[in-house]
Amino acid sequence: MQMNEYKPLIVAFCCNWCSYAGADLAGNNRLSYPADVKIIRVPCSCRVNPMFILRAFQKGADGVIICGCHPGDCHYTSGNYYTRRRMALLFSMLEFLGIERERTRVEWVSAAEGAKFAETMNDFAETVAALGENKRLEDLRCKK
Amino acid sequence: MQEITRDVLVNKASELMSAGTVDRVLGWMRGEFDYDITPAVFSTEEELKNNFVWNDFCGANFSKYLIRETQKSENKVLVFLKPCDTYSFNQLLTEHRFDREKVYAVGIPCNGMVDMTEIKKANEAIKAIEESGDSIVVKTLYDGDVTLDRADVLLERCKNCKSKKHVAYDELIGDDGEIIESARFDEVAKLEKMTADERYAFWQNELSRCIRCNACRDICPACTCEKCVFDNPNSGVENKAPADSFEEKMFHIIRAFHVAGRCTDCGECSRVCPQGIPLHLLNRKFISDINEFYGEYQAGSEVGNRAPIVNYTTEDLEPGEAVGRGGIDA
Repeated sequence: MQMNEYKPLIVAFCCNWCSYAGADLAGNNRLSYPADVKIIRVPCSCRVNPMFILRAFQKGADGVIICGCHPGDCHYTSGNYYTRRRMALLFSMLEFLGIERERTRVEWVSAAEGAKFAETMNDFAETVAALGENKRLEDLRCKK
Repeated sequence: MQEITRDVLVNKASELMSAGTVDRVLGWMRGEFDYDITPAVFSTEEELKNNFVWNDFCGANFSKYLIRETQKSENKVLVFLKPCDTYSFNQLLTEHRFDREKVYAVGIPCNGMVDMTEIKKANEAIKAIEESGDSIVVKTLYDGDVTLDRADVLLERCKNCKSKKHVAYDELIGDDGEIIESARFDEVAKLEKMTADERYAFWQNELSRCIRCNACRDICPACTCEKCVFDNPNSGVENKAPADSFEEKMFHIIRAFHVAGRCTDCGECSRVCPQGIPLHLLNRKFISDINEFYGEYQAGSEVGNRAPIVNYTTEDLEPGEAVGRGGIDA
């Protein structure tokens, strides 16, 4: 294996009730997904402020994925519906500024979908790795 | 030239002041130069007579000033609102940002306001500016009088004026206009048709001029938080980066996002930008997306409207479907 092989840094915002439990299930089932996926647990996918995503990019993330309960299954009834609207607008805006659209994604993963979680992360990591490093949204002031 | 004269406004204000309806007036005053008109509060008829200004450079939208002004006294304040200002006025009322009872709003017609940066493109050394009908006469230091067509030097928001109709007022001077089918989203559509690299290059070029003066945020009638996320001294991005080629993308995306669904497209952000960045394009992108995804919506058209971003339906489109549509490249 090459020592300096490029590995993308991926930030995954997972909702406490579905997707985080889904990640847990993936672990329990010994399903593998890239170690470069850093999971951040949030109470609900709608806790994810657009600023969190841009901050992650500024600090050097190459891809950001938001996982939440399936629409209709939100623990707080309607949180993920708001996420859906917000992220649709944000992603459209990022595309408008010429940012690669594959760097951001929203995926609905339930607590029973450990396999889907691992699959999603593998697929996303592969897509982001193909794009290479995030240069368009990084911020040299924020990188340590 | 504007449809109504300064004297009409001064007389109206004096009349309301002497009748005791209002005890101060939010209006325009001459700044350093003819074309540098600043907002001002007038509290005597004398001040009004001497300093009040109404001309082609009175672009300032007073809606946001009402938040502070209405807190200062129990008496009413008179405010002059152009048609586009009334949308911001309604939007702020929707958000309960000021007390409607403390405001006496007078709607005034507007023929569009002139953009100083456009005039400066024609000639930099300006002594004075005079308005005459459909043209602007610029008295210059070295080239004598330069006459410009008024329609060519209007602010971008006025070239694409969306409404001559007042949506809120206590009293109206002159006749009310109509909502206009403007071509304001054309520029956004043009950008959408470019490739991602072209769009990136476009915004890199525009946003790298940003000096992070925060004027766009401070003037915005929708940006009314007492404390702003961009003032956080620990964020690392509270000041301009010490590099010429650096663009403040995060600031501009978040600035536009925080007013998405509440932005009335008044165009103040672009008017005040000292670097001439077309910031309204970011806001219009959100407005055109909202119109397309969630149905036509004009912020501030009525008091009490629920903005699409704080609403939902179970059938909304997925974020993945929001990208890569129509003319946008892969």
